Amino acid sequence: MFGLSDYATAIIFFVLIILLTLGITAYASMQNKSTSDHYVAGGKIKGWQNGLAIAGDYLSAASFLGIAGAIALQGFAGFYLSIGFLVAFLVVLLLVAEPLRNLGKYTLADMLTARFNTSSIRSAAAVSTISISMFYMIAQLVGAGALIKLLLDIPYAYSVIGIGILMTIYIVIGGMVATTYIQITKAVLLIAGSIVLVLIVLANYSFNPVALFNAVEAEIGSQALHPPPPSSITASLDVISLNIALVLGTAGLPHILIRFLTVPDAKTARSSIIWSTWIIGLFYLVTPVLGYGAALFVGQDAIRAASPEGNLAAPQLASTLGGPILFAFVSAVAFATIIAVVSGLVLAASSAFAHDFYTNVIRNGEASDNEQFRAARIAAIGISVAAIVFALPLQGANVAFLVALAFAVAASANVPVILLTIFWKKFNTTGAVVGMSVGLFTSVGLVILSPLVLGEAAIFPFERGSPALISVPLGFLACYLGTILGGRGAEREREQGLQIDYDEIYVRSLTGLRPEDVEEAPQSR
Amino acid sequence: MIPYEFCNTVPDAEGAIATGLPGATLEKGVLVERHEEWVRVERTTAFQEYSRKRKAFLIPATIFFLLFFFVFVFLAAFTTVLNGKAVGPLTWAYIYGIAQFVMTWILMHIYVSQANKWDDLVEQARREVAEGKGR
Repeated sequence: MFGLSDYATAIIFFVLIILLTLGITAYASMQNKSTSDHYVAGGKIKGWQNGLAIAGDYLSAASFLGIAGAIALQGFAGFYLSIGFLVAFLVVLLLVAEPLRNLGKYTLADMLTARFNTSSIRSAAAVSTISISMFYMIAQLVGAGALIKLLLDIPYAYSVIGIGILMTIYIVIGGMVATTYIQITKAVLLIAGSIVLVLIVLANYSFNPVALFNAVEAEIGSQALHPPPPSSITASLDVISLNIALVLGTAGLPHILIRFLTVPDAKTARSSIIWSTWIIGLFYLVTPVLGYGAALFVGQDAIRAASPEGNLAAPQLASTLGGPILFAFVSAVAFATIIAVVSGLVLAASSAFAHDFYTNVIRNGEASDNEQFRAARIAAIGISVAAIVFALPLQGANVAFLVALAFAVAASANVPVILLTIFWKKFNTTGAVVGMSVGLFTSVGLVILSPLVLGEAAIFPFERGSPALISVPLGFLACYLGTILGGRGAEREREQGLQIDYDEIYVRSLTGLRPEDVEEAPQSR
Repeated sequence: MIPYEFCNTVPDAEGAIATGLPGATLEKGVLVERHEEWVRVERTTAFQEYSRKRKAFLIPATIFFLLFFFVFVFLAAFTTVLNGKAVGPLTWAYIYGIAQFVMTWILMHIYVSQANKWDDLVEQARREVAEGKGR
């Protein structure tokens, strides 16, 4: 599809990116000396750095390649996703980010066990973190293998194993420090690549976006500029369900949430919020220029011929308008995007395994710092190997269901429990465990019953397989019923030491004060 | 109420040994009910003002942005009212869509600037408690 010189230039750029990230990892290894360094970069990341890293973590290949392709082929329906992903970020920063920062330490489970003193909740949170991250990671690996096959003609299995080895090296040697710098690098590359593409496209329209939209209307048709008209009630509910999963699910994605634990204080967390919201927002705002540009200059037929979902629209646009060098650069940006996101995912999943399961459940919180550090690294190897093993047989499979699953589980299992832990005084252990389990099982079950997995024989009718419309309310309901009907009631749990007093959780989640801050001054009367 | 040193060995619902209360850092032998400490923070005027201001911003803001977004999703999914032209080639769907970007940036900046002011109240509450107020 692309010429030989295209491949050669692209391979040089890929090798440069690999060398750069390995260099970063080597540098980061000097700062990766303790458990806290490994999990949260010692909490020493600066605001602007974390802002870029959040953007690097947040904007996956699905955003860069997927949305550009979706807009190129489906018009406004693709831009829909951009809006959903951005508004989703508001849920994270208004409702979850600061309480999580104030209560948490290394993982999502830390935040929940700040209130609930039981290993059952820690285990449930670890299971959901590992499931979400694995679904997401396998989807990224399968997509990356397919992409590199198309871009560089390297066999699928080599790409998957290669990326798997790279992500293991980043995490085992560099931990969160390396992940952060790789995500920053990726964010800078993604910003640069997007700016170049946008400018080249708009240069053809005297830098007037309205002229671009006029061209879209004239050459592609006005249907590309508005949402598709409703076809059936089921299809409309499907769209609503997908958007619920997007907007709520993001606030339950562990690899995004742990980024807020890497900064020293709340003010720094907020400055990282300013940086990330602007970068993420501006990127999503220009996605129509990328998508429509590809449709106009590459042509919808050529985009479809290269990849039925349009995943190569952005590299094709670069090749058409900028030649082999720009093609190689944009492909390398896509590659950097994938490795930055998978690094974050490996870290989130392996932290849940090592910190939550091993250190706190199996070892009862009594492992030394050295043992914890070693466990974290071994878990990272295990998680990477597992992801590779799952991804290898899935070549050519449509992995959309895995992404739907990741968001659905995050929205249905994590978000209700996170929100009720912070905001509901009567919430108890039974409610939290039942809520997480019901959210997990209903979302996995419904996705399996959907057309994404069962095809024609589907029982759950939503084409895009997002179960959120049903599983999110069920998750909340299960938390409520579990609390009301089962267990000892919050008050008795408090008396028995199974739950921390809600007054403490409320004050701590809002203020970030630690117990030592409110210790009675010795001389006070 | 459970004194600190009893908290670490209470079996949980499944009979497993609980993993230790986070933040249980007081010296052993000091029998202080942790409940009281935090209630004292809650009682300070600074914390009450903070809690009130935070709710007064977050509750309406959250309701607003969720409604603003899901009304858009609903209109786009079930109707064609957004499909007409608004300005030049731009449809109402694009205008409404871009309005959500503007909303996100504005809400984010209001939140950050408010929260940075609330920090002073938190600091004040901490000082009030250290001075022995709130009892």
